[in-house]
Amino acid sequence: MNYQDRERIALNMRANILKMTNQAASGHPGGSLSAVELMITLFFNEMNINEDNLNDVQRDKFVLSKGHASPVLYSVLAAKGFFPESELMKFRNLGADLQGHPNMKSVRGVDMSTGSLGQGLSVAVGMSLANKLDNNDFRTYVLCGDGECEEGQIWEASMAAAHYKLDNLCAILDFNGLQIDGNVTDVMNPTPFDKKFEAFGWNVIDLENPYDYTQIEEAFAKARLCKGKPSIIIAHTVKGKGISFMENKSAWHGVAPNNEQLKAALEELGVQ
Amino acid sequence: MAKIATRDAYGKALTELCEVRNDIVVLDADLSGSTKSGMMKKVAPERHFNMGIAEGNMMAVAAGLAASGKTVFASSFAMFAVGRAYEQIRNSIGYPQMNVKICASHAGITVGEDGASHQTIEDIGLMRVIPGMTVVQPCDGPEAEAAIKAVAELKGPCFVRLGRSAVEVINDSPDYKFELGKANVLKRGSKVALVATGCLVHEALKAYEMLKEEGIEVTVVNLHTIKPLDETCLVELAKTHDVLITCEEHSILTGMGSAVCELLSEKQPVRILRIGQKDVFGESGKPAELLHKYEMDAEAIVKAVKGVY
Repeated sequence: MNYQDRERIALNMRANILKMTNQAASGHPGGSLSAVELMITLFFNEMNINEDNLNDVQRDKFVLSKGHASPVLYSVLAAKGFFPESELMKFRNLGADLQGHPNMKSVRGVDMSTGSLGQGLSVAVGMSLANKLDNNDFRTYVLCGDGECEEGQIWEASMAAAHYKLDNLCAILDFNGLQIDGNVTDVMNPTPFDKKFEAFGWNVIDLENPYDYTQIEEAFAKARLCKGKPSIIIAHTVKGKGISFMENKSAWHGVAPNNEQLKAALEELGVQ
Repeated sequence: MAKIATRDAYGKALTELCEVRNDIVVLDADLSGSTKSGMMKKVAPERHFNMGIAEGNMMAVAAGLAASGKTVFASSFAMFAVGRAYEQIRNSIGYPQMNVKICASHAGITVGEDGASHQTIEDIGLMRVIPGMTVVQPCDGPEAEAAIKAVAELKGPCFVRLGRSAVEVINDSPDYKFELGKANVLKRGSKVALVATGCLVHEALKAYEMLKEEGIEVTVVNLHTIKPLDETCLVELAKTHDVLITCEEHSILTGMGSAVCELLSEKQPVRILRIGQKDVFGESGKPAELLHKYEMDAEAIVKAVKGVY
């Protein structure tokens, strides 16, 4: 997909993330807005996922290890046409398919139920092992949070991914530097990520601008080329990206915009 | 009489299954020699993954394999498989109803000499509260083999509780049948029914013989499936007996006895006594010594029966 179309989708996704959290009066906009361009490139360029193969048990798969960023996943799946966009506005409502955190049983295109941090990377390791066993070319992608790396399980999974030489696994680290209680380096410093993942046997790819489609594509291409070890793309993201009053503020981790804030944010995006 | 540990029977059954089914993948956390999950390596080494001493990761990896169509058997000691990795099992296996069979060995106080840190007495409780989780505890070798083959056919998460110690084979008659969710009535008596699971089935049978010599004949039931419970059998037992005595090497809180109480208090109230670990930790010792000290052996069961008969 060309950059112009992706820009259009990105704008719509940002608006949807804001609207869906607003109508639910809850949810996590900050860490959703940070990964919009990454998700678009994944779902529209990098991964082979479409209506025809959606129900296949094995295909390219995506795990949202930072499951609280469900708005960015749901909005990209709606953009893919896997369910009507109107469903987004039932997010977090009683009886809705779009649960607060992703539920693979109720949403088309959600490959794993997540929400409890640290587990998605392990699940992606399992999917990659299955693909190795079956000798196919499918790849597994997993989006992790930087705060999430404070979970010990991330490092258990990292050990396993390198041990089994899972070069069909590509992790993306949403390194926006913030978690609920503040800066990741203040709360419980999980950095340096590059040295840590290198020491754990990973191919580390630095993505300086994860809002530049060329750079994103190059990072995914580098991951594909690497053989014998898993790759992680360290994406230097901005929490709340695209909305000036939300950017780089941990307060927007798990708080929805109110009606006034929504109006201001949509005006800034230039959409209704 | 022949003796075999349920974990050995697990290893044997798993090996046979792996010979005929290539969708089965086996995970272990550095205990494949003890849990016996490693036995299948002689037929399908490429489908056994040692995940190292990292049980939480192992359970979520199991979920990922299951999401990709595999039937996964994940093993460790019950304390760590279920205790350490509880939340991974709950959220990554239970919630999405993954086809993962958690086959955990060294359960209960009969682990023996390792002591309280390794004697899980909470695992039945932890697993049966997860929606959709099937919970099975076979009492001998043949039953363990049958149970493993049955859960392999079942889609969805299962917990199979296995023991360390060799136990007598009692289910070796040609008409022995194992059906998930269906209790086996081993002896028919009156007034008192012993509802036992796992290795305490043997203690219940010993108690039956001891009581018989004194002219007391009780009913003995092997409740191998703790979830879903055999409601028909339990309600019938409650209707036809004055007292039910549940027997398990597990805490009397949250275990099989609790499950039976929960069911019958609503469906067919009856007096129920619970034999099990009485809300205390265990200690090092030989399995028989521990069952005696913590009042779960045949002698303790006889005493309980005489108290109400």
